[in-house]
Amino acid sequence: MRTGTLLWAGLEVPQEEYLHPGHLACQGCGAALAMRLVLKAVGGDVMVVLPACCWTIIDGPFPYHALRVPLLHTAFETAAAAAAGVKAGLEVLGDTRTQVIAWAGDGGTFDIGLQALSGAAERNEDILYICYDNEAYMNTGIQRSSATPLGAWTTTTPEAHPEDRPKKDLMAIMAAHRIPYAATATVAFPDDLIRKARKAKGIRGTRLLHILAPCPPGWRMESERMIKVSRLAVATGAFPLFEVEEGTRYTLTYRPAGLPLKEYLKLQGRFAHLTEDQIAVLEKQVEARWKELLELHARTHGTVEDIPVVPFGG
Amino acid sequence: MITASATKVITGNHAVSYGVLLSRVQVISAYPITPQTQVVELLSEFVASGKMAARFITVESEHSAMAACIGAASVGARTFTATSSQGLALMHEMLHWASGARLPIVMANINRALAPPWSIWTDQTDSLAQRDTGWMQIYVETSQEALDSIILGFKVSERVLLPTMVVLDAFLLSHTAEPVEIYDQGRVDEFLPPFSAPYRLKPGVPQALGGLADPGVYFEFRVKLQEAMEKAREAILEEGKRFAKLFGRFYGLVQEEFMEDAEMVIVTAGAMAGTARAAVRELRNEGRKVGLVRIRVFRPFPFVELRQILGGRKKVAVLDRNLSLGHHGIFYEEVKSALYPMAARPLVVGYVLGLGGRDVRPEDIQAIVDDLEMREEAPEIVWWGVKR
Repeated sequence: MRTGTLLWAGLEVPQEEYLHPGHLACQGCGAALAMRLVLKAVGGDVMVVLPACCWTIIDGPFPYHALRVPLLHTAFETAAAAAAGVKAGLEVLGDTRTQVIAWAGDGGTFDIGLQALSGAAERNEDILYICYDNEAYMNTGIQRSSATPLGAWTTTTPEAHPEDRPKKDLMAIMAAHRIPYAATATVAFPDDLIRKARKAKGIRGTRLLHILAPCPPGWRMESERMIKVSRLAVATGAFPLFEVEEGTRYTLTYRPAGLPLKEYLKLQGRFAHLTEDQIAVLEKQVEARWKELLELHARTHGTVEDIPVVPFGG
Repeated sequence: MITASATKVITGNHAVSYGVLLSRVQVISAYPITPQTQVVELLSEFVASGKMAARFITVESEHSAMAACIGAASVGARTFTATSSQGLALMHEMLHWASGARLPIVMANINRALAPPWSIWTDQTDSLAQRDTGWMQIYVETSQEALDSIILGFKVSERVLLPTMVVLDAFLLSHTAEPVEIYDQGRVDEFLPPFSAPYRLKPGVPQALGGLADPGVYFEFRVKLQEAMEKAREAILEEGKRFAKLFGRFYGLVQEEFMEDAEMVIVTAGAMAGTARAAVRELRNEGRKVGLVRIRVFRPFPFVELRQILGGRKKVAVLDRNLSLGHHGIFYEEVKSALYPMAARPLVVGYVLGLGGRDVRPEDIQAIVDDLEMREEAPEIVWWGVKR
């Protein structure tokens, strides 16, 4: 096994891998890459608490286990509560060092697990909560969740009646809990993702990373487009990258590259049915969201001039 | 720390809290519900004052309470929660999880009727509805037994790796004060040493607990759970005897009284056993051959003991403060199934009474014995005390 670090985009990234080959993720799975990167960033002194999600399958059936760290499977809605229990158990047994990571999908976070997450966040449990967001219930076969974006096709929002509500604003909900740290990231900006995961590791209390993790089968796209689509999500402004500290201090990571939203949508079959008018509605929604975020950044930093443009190579 | 044994007049709820204190529980996770609240209030004080070296997680629901217990127990901590009725029902999914994961969690459930309509009074249907979740279930009669059963619960749970539910009647036990001996910590430590989990999630050891089991392996996990339940019968008796040596009180799977020459037998569980005892004592004074059996352990079910005790008797009345809708009182079903393999079975009649906390008096139980004496066959259900 390789050890040591690699200097990459100004970051020391461990060569050590915590995700074994032979895991059961689909080709081009954003969730598998997200796990690989987060564990590289945080290191091996972790325990992962895993509710029902794609990763329940990706990790492999009994007796297989694709991660080189301990992992506790738990029920769908319990990631945050079970992680709080693991942390408390470790602490009373004298282990204050091990990071406890709750690793849940968007269904387990935005929907069924939101109550437990709210409880843990309000109590400021010392856990690192990671939501890998593929914007629908992918493990059960692409049913809509409250993280599914407006206009998207899923098997429960068919083309005749696509998703008619905007994506739930998880970050605003978490900010309202005044947790010490919350940030968004994607697998297409691994340096940014690693930096945020490391920053989260250094903070005590409830920390949340909301990672956009595209799903080629669920988004109806070729698996080799996964990274490109992730980059376009940021470059077009569809998925803003930012941090929220103590629920009030907003820092935008990048500003969009000024690419039309269509560039992001057109690579994904789940948006193929949208008309020009419908795309215009989505564009307005993205613009409005950016206006809000820029105001929050300006309120924190006094300016928006310090936000770098997303490094997008096309 | 309690250094000398002392007798205090305390409620059943506080007896549970003292049992938890003496068991040196390390993680408590609970959500308030009437009539359980006193259990967790006193535990909060124990933790806040430093009397207990434990973490108390004030979760946002009972479902999360059990999930947090599962998390803490998975890394080897001794864990406890308490709930009642709706809260227990909300926990249902995680009750299966706790036993399936072989975690020795102990919980107190205060029996309370399920809504609607709202009720806060005693009724055993809440805990009996959890009978297939793989938890051992102990129905206690006194506050002392509540305290003792918490300590015994951890002892047996940690031996067979199954969780234990200690069940108390709402108000009749939970809020009624009676003298309770609170043992000195040293003696309890001798009986119940720190928990050393044989299987647990360890930092640095890359193992996964609870992953997907295909049809090639799932079945065997279930068989092992049943084997653990079988082992629990023996463990309850052995640890009960060890406990009796140290503390002077023995608790088995069933408790039988007035049984020598008894022709008619009252079978019940929980606080109602005290009422039944008063009634049976009175009937014995009148020269009637009536006995009393209290089912203390409901899971694992005491088949062997009930066959031994009830075999050869003429008639048995099972008193159920619970109801399986569309079937019978639940203890009645189970007692009948235990006796079925016997060649000569007594007549077993099921009485459903006291639902939602309706009072059951010694006179009721005496009248039930009169009713039983008249019967030559068993109707499906005998309703007792229902207004028509």
